[in-house]
Amino acid sequence: MIASLSIAQRRNGLAFALCLALLGLLMAAAAQHGPMVVHGAMALVLGIALTGALARAVYDPPPEAARASFYYDDPTRFGIAMTLIWAVVAMGVGVWVAALLYWPEATPAVPWTSFGRLRPVHTTGVIFGFGGNALIATSFYVLQRTSRARLADELSPWIVLLGFNLFCLWAVTGYLMGITQSKEYAEAEWYADLWLVVIWVVYFVLYIRTLARRAEPHIYVANWYYLAFILVVAILHIINNLALPVSFAGAKSVTIWSGVQDAMVQWWYGHNAVAFFLTAGFLGMLYYFLPVRSGRPIWSYRLSILSFWGITFFYIWVGSHHLHYTALPYWVQTLGMTFSIMLLVPSWASAGNAIATLNGAWHKVRDDATLRFMFVAAVFYGLSTFEGSFLAIRPVNSLSHYTDWTVGHVHSGTLGWVAMIVFGAIYTLVPQLSGRDQMAWPRAIEWHFWLAVTGTLVYVVSMWNAGITQGLMWRSYGPSGTLTYSFLQSLQAMAPYYLLRTIGGGMFLAGTLLCALNCSATARAATGEVAASDRPLLPMPVE
Amino acid sequence: MSGGHRQIVDPVTGYETTGHEWNGIRELNTPFPRFVIVVLLITVVISAVMWILLPAWPTGHGYTPGLLGLTQEGEAVQGFKAIADGRASWRSRFAGDDFASLASDEAVMGMAMPAAARLFADNCAACHRVGGTGGPGFPSLADQDWLWGGDPATVAETVSVGINSTDPDTRSSQMPAFGRDGILTREQISAVADYVLALSSGKADPASAGGKIFAENCAACHGEGGRGGLGTGAPSLADDQWIYGGTRADILTTLQNGRQGVMPSWKGRLAPADIHLLALYVSRLAKAAP
Ligand code: HEC
Ligand code: HEC
Ligand code: HEM
Ligand code: HEM
Repeated sequence: MIASLSIAQRRNGLAFALCLALLGLLMAAAAQHGPMVVHGAMALVLGIALTGALARAVYDPPPEAARASFYYDDPTRFGIAMTLIWAVVAMGVGVWVAALLYWPEATPAVPWTSFGRLRPVHTTGVIFGFGGNALIATSFYVLQRTSRARLADELSPWIVLLGFNLFCLWAVTGYLMGITQSKEYAEAEWYADLWLVVIWVVYFVLYIRTLARRAEPHIYVANWYYLAFILVVAILHIINNLALPVSFAGAKSVTIWSGVQDAMVQWWYGHNAVAFFLTAGFLGMLYYFLPVRSGRPIWSYRLSILSFWGITFFYIWVGSHHLHYTALPYWVQTLGMTFSIMLLVPSWASAGNAIATLNGAWHKVRDDATLRFMFVAAVFYGLSTFEGSFLAIRPVNSLSHYTDWTVGHVHSGTLGWVAMIVFGAIYTLVPQLSGRDQMAWPRAIEWHFWLAVTGTLVYVVSMWNAGITQGLMWRSYGPSGTLTYSFLQSLQAMAPYYLLRTIGGGMFLAGTLLCALNCSATARAATGEVAASDRPLLPMPVE
Repeated sequence: MSGGHRQIVDPVTGYETTGHEWNGIRELNTPFPRFVIVVLLITVVISAVMWILLPAWPTGHGYTPGLLGLTQEGEAVQGFKAIADGRASWRSRFAGDDFASLASDEAVMGMAMPAAARLFADNCAACHRVGGTGGPGFPSLADQDWLWGGDPATVAETVSVGINSTDPDTRSSQMPAFGRDGILTREQISAVADYVLALSSGKADPASAGGKIFAENCAACHGEGGRGGLGTGAPSLADDQWIYGGTRADILTTLQNGRQGVMPSWKGRLAPADIHLLALYVSRLAKAAP
């Protein structure tokens, strides 16, 4: 990676690496004990390693000027590798916590292995580690190709990727050591949150600068979505994480929000994390890789506009559907419910637009597992958004809330939609970045596809059953006018579903592992060739 | 630019492209499907109707209350009331504590006992296990061996105030730490442990060394011959039921460190009727046991 940086960039990178090492030292020195020292040490080690590598290479020969007529894909390669590493680790943890729910006695008597600490390792690991790296990596790839321009500079993508992964690592290791902000999907403590703000600003600026030098007159839909993702996630992240550290020398902080306002801010964040992290960014991915892979034009430009603005406008309102029947005022709940219902149409418009795009390419869907991943993703996107709007209706939510139905909905969205579209994108871009026409083991894609689809169905169907069973058992009254079942009985009834979920998750994980091995085999067999059509329109020197 | 901005007709759908192109990606200028617009309007109308019927939009210091006049508190109270009414016919009988007449009314008990079983499973089984069979540290409620007593009135009192709980009226009991506090020597403890083991197998000799130590140190709480039942909260040691285990090692641990089990007080959490219900249920568990 360093060879591709200009001399000036190497110097700036060196300064950045030194700052990181200093920051780590400062954190460790200020805290003196506890998890913050460990985190400081991580930053210090990374900073020193980068400083060493850059210092040694500062006066190596500068990169060839010809690089300006190619896209800059090294960061994407690195990001995809990180995506796959996080996928295997975090889905592995998912399977493990699924097994723990079936078999709680298996928890070893060591604090960091408890369910409460491992669960956020799973959620942060999959959403941010797996999903986040996939989004960043593909956004660089898609941004350059749809702009026909090279990234604005070579240093910032590395700052974004390395910094983001440091954030993820701080977050999950923090939970293992027992520190958390106790806000779901925003558990990382204050210094990690501040760090992410810095990284995110660099990301946003890089995106805008590259977009500004595009050689195409129009901005392609995929970029609207990626930009919405970057911008809104920044706003959400900052507002939900406003907190006062108890001391600058420790990890603990106290949120500035209190009571029901805190709950509302948290779920405004939580739902829009779903909307702009788990949906908008991945729609960007869909909008690029689906037409590319199928060779079909997007079915309707107008529908794209409708769904984009529909989703951005409606999603912002719906967070309160996570707080039905709570201390949150009724009127806020009604707004959350009604906007969720209206949200269905733009959501289905995206799914429908994607599926209609495949008209004329159904034979490819049949033959090409990669395209089939994207097709299934669009179907699950439609399914989970329908389910979401349905669950947001207050009386329905009174049945589903607190049950495994929510978990089923979550994974029909994340496994069926998010993970499938990521795999579709990876199988499209990895061979291309390796200068090959196809993956090293094309048959393995087919295996992966069926493992993933079966795994998802087993997972989701068992959780639907589990959730509806729980919900009905909890509200069933006998002839004496009292509850028919004790809570314990509802728990015992879950055993077969939890076992099935573990098996389904295991299949999904096996597919992911296969994908990771396939990608590494493909990368090792890379030819280094770049197709003549896969270049910026004009050579673009770094600004 | 790349490919030029020509509008091309897509042969599959028959629609024109928009003329934009990004690295080979084109878009069709397909008009809005009317269906989508209609469905969108329908969802807007549904929402508007809900805004009119339910509390919906903020108005500064208040909000639009909705024509149906619903409130969360109202809905909750109504729901609780409906449930309470549904069981009032038999449950009202449990407000009092005339256990004898309740126990003999089969119709009432037929309604009440299934409800009590759930109440027990939800509140008590976490410690006493399903069916009240107990486990290490938590006494079995399904046997004849009682700390305080198994008749409904006594059970109701135990459940209300708890044992060694935070309630001011709590029942208190403690098995002293004879070893740790130096009340007895190692040899004495060993001898009395043998005596306790012999008690439960029915072969105890009160004249033995252990027997004498027992009479002096233990009988005040555990009763003559260790049969319990003195209302001190000390269990019978003359049976084969154990709270903390009946091996010699378990008994030595009990004698060394003492024991003081805690049973929470329930009167702040359960209504009197629920406590009476549970008292009858627990006393029946014991009767049903072999
Ligand atoms: C947190 C654990 C816990 C829970 C929950 C609990 N108990 Fe207990 N209970 C105990 C312990 C421990 C004892 C024994 C105290 C001792 O060793 O002195 C006990 C003793 C009792 C006794 C006295 C038995 C005797 O021999 O006199 C009764 C009766 C009883 N529990 C009933 C209940 C009922 C009914 C409930 C549910 C409302 C309940 N318990 C819930 C821990 C619990
Ligand atoms: C001050 C009253 C008191 C005295 C004196 C006393 N005990 Fe206890 N003992 C108790 C109580 C109360 C318990 C029940 C403790 C609990 O359940 O937490 C108990 C429990 C026990 C147990 C455990 C029973 C089981 O089921 O696991 C043994 C064994 C025992 N005592 C033996 C003795 C012996 C032997 C002596 C004399 C050396 C003795 N106790 C003296 C009050 C006393
Ligand atoms: C191998 C596949 C997976 C398995 C076995 C798995 C398993 C689990 C388990 C057991 C839970 C906890 C449920 C509970 O507490 O009852 C969970 C929660 C969660 N998982 Fe996964 N998971 C997998 C993949 C994923 C992926 C790929 C994502 C996201 C991209 C994801 C996102 C989540 C989220 C957001 C939650 C929290 C749900 C909630 O709080 O309602 N999971 N998962
Ligand atoms: C129209 C779109 C959607 C709507 C209206 C919607 C609505 C809902 C509702 C009502 C809940 C349950 C809240 C509760 O009872 O606690 C929920 C939970 C959740 N949904 Fe969706 N959903 C939508 C799409 C999606 C998609 C596409 C994903 C994932 C990619 C997703 C991920 C989640 C997650 C992670 C949760 C769990 C939150 C928690 O931890 O409790 N949703 N959603």
